[in-house]
Amino acid sequence: MAESDTREVILEARELHREFDGVTALDRFSFKLHRGEVLGLLGANGAGKTTAMNCLLGLTLPTSGDIFAFGLPFHQHRIAILQRANFSSAYTALPGNLLVSQNLSVFARIYGVPDRKKKIAELMDLLEIGHLAKRVTGQLSAGESTRVNLVKAFLNDPELLMLDEPTASLDPDIADKVRKVVRKVQQERNIGILYTSHNMKDIEEVCDRVIFLHKGKIVCEGTPTDIVARSSSATLEDVFIKIARDGEIIDETAKDKAS
Amino acid sequence: MNLNTISALVLRYLFLYTRSPMRLVELVFWPVVDLVVWGNVTVFIQKNTNPEFGSFVLFFLGGMILWDIMFRAQQGVAISFLEDVWTRNLLNVFVAPVRTLEYVSATFIVGMMRIIITAIVLSLISWFGYAFNVFTLSWWLIPFFANLMLFGWALGMVSTALILRWGQAAESLAWAIPFFFQPAVAVFYRVEDMPVWAQPIAWCFPPTYIFEGMRSVMKIGTMDWSYLWISFGLNLFYLALAGWLFAWILNLTRKRGLLTKFATQ
Ligand SMILES: Nc1ncnc2c1ncn2[C@@H]1O[C@H](COP(=O)(O)OP(=O)(O)OP(=O)(O)O)[C@@H](O)[C@H]1O
Ligand SMILES: [Mg+2]
Repeated sequence: MAESDTREVILEARELHREFDGVTALDRFSFKLHRGEVLGLLGANGAGKTTAMNCLLGLTLPTSGDIFAFGLPFHQHRIAILQRANFSSAYTALPGNLLVSQNLSVFARIYGVPDRKKKIAELMDLLEIGHLAKRVTGQLSAGESTRVNLVKAFLNDPELLMLDEPTASLDPDIADKVRKVVRKVQQERNIGILYTSHNMKDIEEVCDRVIFLHKGKIVCEGTPTDIVARSSSATLEDVFIKIARDGEIIDETAKDKAS
Repeated sequence: MNLNTISALVLRYLFLYTRSPMRLVELVFWPVVDLVVWGNVTVFIQKNTNPEFGSFVLFFLGGMILWDIMFRAQQGVAISFLEDVWTRNLLNVFVAPVRTLEYVSATFIVGMMRIIITAIVLSLISWFGYAFNVFTLSWWLIPFFANLMLFGWALGMVSTALILRWGQAAESLAWAIPFFFQPAVAVFYRVEDMPVWAQPIAWCFPPTYIFEGMRSVMKIGTMDWSYLWISFGLNLFYLALAGWLFAWILNLTRKRGLLTKFATQ
């Protein structure tokens, strides 16, 4: 399906490889992300999802392999690419000692956002955190600060967005709202999103296509429904568990025939 | 170089100072304590020895103030970077369209703002408290401050590089760096008072020319102009060297994947 996709490729990894002192975190990892597509990156703890994102953001250099964003080689055009991209993770924070409004204002300036005040207010309303503007960032609850991070990630109207476990610390209600907001903004603006999560509900609701990583290697790729059907599993969660334990999907129908 | 990016980064540090006034206190506390203690000691010595000794107090206080300028510039650069480490903000900055040069420039500007504040406070106290008017150095102060600031920036970059490479374990080392140079750059004594073997070493560092120049200006009202130029030239060399070291270490941390490790720890 991905091969026949005619939309513009906005992010591409070719044979990305990353070793950490003998541990292979990414093993010849290749994929394409299209404009307007949400691609989920799944896999057990330590499968290499965060490493992949860090490489794609230029935070970590791959041992070998190439990255292209908007058709440009990443490392030669890092600044121009980052201007059109953004990132948010449950595991990073904005400076805790500043007010939320101060932090967002600083990043709006860094990204050169035109009408800063208006943009910040709009996004905060969208994520239902307008009342937090004058709060000290470090005193927010985990879920509140995750949403502030998301405002930061939407500030520059990114065409490419990387979200590393954006719903990790959210309650079911807020998680649901955040998924809807991400989906809404993504569809309105035709953004390409790379998304990781351990929450299969997230993935089924938000992602058009998913890639399963196991020990840094792609073991399975397709739409969530397609993958569930192919592996003759009941749910995506079952697929996840099979892959995490066995490193591959055992095709139940094929196994039955063989025995 | 994008000036908006630099001013946004500087603004972030200004917000920090407005948010926590303790940072301002920290900025003037030690310089004032130093000045008052050593000012009193020199006054005491002055009173109890012969009056010829009088110029000693001036040399000493002048050296103290100028040294502090350099030290504050170094600290300004290193602290700005550490603020991003302490607040886990480094990742946000590194995934934003911020060039290394823009980031470093912002820390330089913070370094400069810090020394302006320190300089004003110290000058006022030494003037009122010890009748030592730094402005007797008049416009010489401008090249003095500028050269010391440049060397402070270079040392600040080295400190930052150490922290990038070895994480927060290197923090105390990063603070101590200027003091490795203190004995060598003739802050409180003349180069000719140093052991003969140490003198060529002293002339390798830009601040030496400034401290020698300061004493000359205080004594005879002028100084050897070539000292200023040599100091400036050496500063450019050390800045380039420190910049290269910083860029090299930054690349190394990306290669080893250390950047993300300690930005989120
Ligand atoms: N800087 C580093 N130095 C050494 N090893 C690392 C480093 N970063 C990641 N690794 C290793 O690479 C592998 C992949 O880690 P990664 O963080 O990408 O996993 P992940 O899929 O994001 O897991 P999780 O679901 O737990 O977030 C792990 O074995 C990890 O220990
Ligand atoms: Mg991860």
